[in-house]
Amino acid sequence: MSDAADLLGLYERMAVIRRTEKAAYDMFLAGLVKGTTHLASGQEAVAVGASAALRPDDYVFATYRGHHHAMARGATAEACLAELMQKATGLCKAKGGSMHLTHAPGNMLGSYAIVGSHLPMAVGAAWSAQLRGTDQVAVAFFGDGATNIGAFHEALNLAAVWKLPVIFVCENNLYMEYTPIAAVTAADHPAADRAVAYRLPAEVIDGNDVIVVRDAVAAAAERARSGEGSTVIEAETYRHYGHSRTDPATYRPAEEVERWLKHDPIDICRARLEALGVEPDTIKEVDERATAEVAAAMAAAKAAPAADVAEAFTDVWADGGAQWRM
Amino acid sequence: MADVTAEPATITYREAVAEGIAREMRRDPSVVCLGEDIGAAGGVFKTTVGLFDEFGPGRIWDTPISEQAIVGAAMGAAMTGMRPVAEIMFSDFLACCWDYLANEIPKVRYMTGGQVTVPLVVRTANGGGLGFGAQHSQAVENWALTIPGLKIAAPSTPADVIGLMAAAIRSDDPVVFFEHKGLFASKGPRPPAGHVVELGRAAVVREGTDVTLVALASTVHTALAAAGKLAEDGVSAEVVDLRCLIPMDVSTVLASVGKTSRLVTVEENPYQGGWGATVVSIVVDEGFELLDAPVRRVASANVPLPFADALEDEVIPTTDKVVATVRAVVDF
Repeated sequence: MSDAADLLGLYERMAVIRRTEKAAYDMFLAGLVKGTTHLASGQEAVAVGASAALRPDDYVFATYRGHHHAMARGATAEACLAELMQKATGLCKAKGGSMHLTHAPGNMLGSYAIVGSHLPMAVGAAWSAQLRGTDQVAVAFFGDGATNIGAFHEALNLAAVWKLPVIFVCENNLYMEYTPIAAVTAADHPAADRAVAYRLPAEVIDGNDVIVVRDAVAAAAERARSGEGSTVIEAETYRHYGHSRTDPATYRPAEEVERWLKHDPIDICRARLEALGVEPDTIKEVDERATAEVAAAMAAAKAAPAADVAEAFTDVWADGGAQWRM
Repeated sequence: MADVTAEPATITYREAVAEGIAREMRRDPSVVCLGEDIGAAGGVFKTTVGLFDEFGPGRIWDTPISEQAIVGAAMGAAMTGMRPVAEIMFSDFLACCWDYLANEIPKVRYMTGGQVTVPLVVRTANGGGLGFGAQHSQAVENWALTIPGLKIAAPSTPADVIGLMAAAIRSDDPVVFFEHKGLFASKGPRPPAGHVVELGRAAVVREGTDVTLVALASTVHTALAAAGKLAEDGVSAEVVDLRCLIPMDVSTVLASVGKTSRLVTVEENPYQGGWGATVVSIVVDEGFELLDAPVRRVASANVPLPFADALEDEVIPTTDKVVATVRAVVDF
């Protein structure tokens, strides 16, 4: 495949994620489902770019803002939307919800809603790969806020001393929930600056450029597979919506929002496609296909049966059941 | 290599921990250990002595003092094909990685709709009696009992250490394995090769007709000592070693109460929120008609564990407290 065809594929995946997030936003705003959601619109390039650099057998761990990571590793828009809509066909049988999208067939081993908790897990998956003698790598995606929690530091240190094939990708969207990360962090680059202390190589990149992300993760994966250990990547990005469903994000300066909206990952990718000579009509076709895919996914999810109440009592134990007494 | 026929017939509880792990490591290459000082040092309680020499640094991993990384890494490894055995040195330190025990390990299988399994063991030295003070002596088995999704073993004998360790490591579910500090020096028969004690099967360790004492780990010995004293007065106490809190063998407890019609739990964890409350609630719910006397719980007092021996004895269950409680129940 040509560079253009590859890039068009990445563009389409981002376009599908963007539309899925919009569908989720509309659904939550309309009050069709309970709970909350943390949308990744604006951050698609991190997931799609990284995924393009990884192998199917590599491991991915994500946060409660993780729809894009599940989808980048093969979860369908339909299964994700069905999960949000509490349907039996949901990605996690409607037992996880927005914050816990998981797609184990793609080795996307979970979205975790306790900040920073999954960094040690990714370290463990990398340790496991090393023990089993595979050359798999594990990737932990996390927000800037996670860099101030203990698990982040314990994970980086252990990964460094055990020289593990794990890549730490910080999606620095400038805000830990509602607070600017700079206001609560004694480092300019919350992830990359700390990596130095653990003697891990670190790089600050444009997280909105899918090619930049892909190349950075590819280089880190190459290092990891060749036994050179971990890398920290701080991908600067921006979320288009608020922190969660209830947050209109009024704390963000208008000029900042405007500047980042002009630095949209999908626009950047489109510009790259056009520079490679891809016709606008071709891109338009992809956009239309993405729109149709998500519309069909939404319709299928809506039509799916509700979660089976019997599922409340399955999957606690490995035997599939929930028996706690003899 | 040691000649197995030359192995002594008895083994200490402490040695049984390493022996139980070693037996599983010999049969399953996916079993690996990680924790603080567990390698060449053999563990601060010497419960991993010999493992590093036999299995080497590729399977016995010393870690930094990073409880979250230890248990989190064990979880990630367990999700990806390994069977890690993580040591948290003192059970009090479980609080440092409680997120993994409370939010991550027990929930990930459920909240992903069964997409992943977490076959790991978290071993930890639990309980008082050694004068380590309030932050190194607590009995915290009840912490784990508050979390659906964890299996909980707490052996009282060396043979059960080995048998339950085998079951815990082979289990595809996460198991929190409480080794009692006060029992490390105790001795018992060395179980034969292949000895496995199924998780969730209580043992009637002394038969009796007048009262059922339900106990766990160190309190099994307290209960047995009390039963011995009570027998001198003509009171026949049956002692049930629960062995595991989850699965909880309530069938054995109910059958025993059906025979004795009286129930006393003997717990080292604090009275408030202790495991005996769950046992009692089940017996009252499902076996009220079996009872001829009020149920009683002998548990640690609701205070932090003090340092001085005399003060500690005031707080934790003792033989005398169990005897006095049983007499009151029998005389009711």
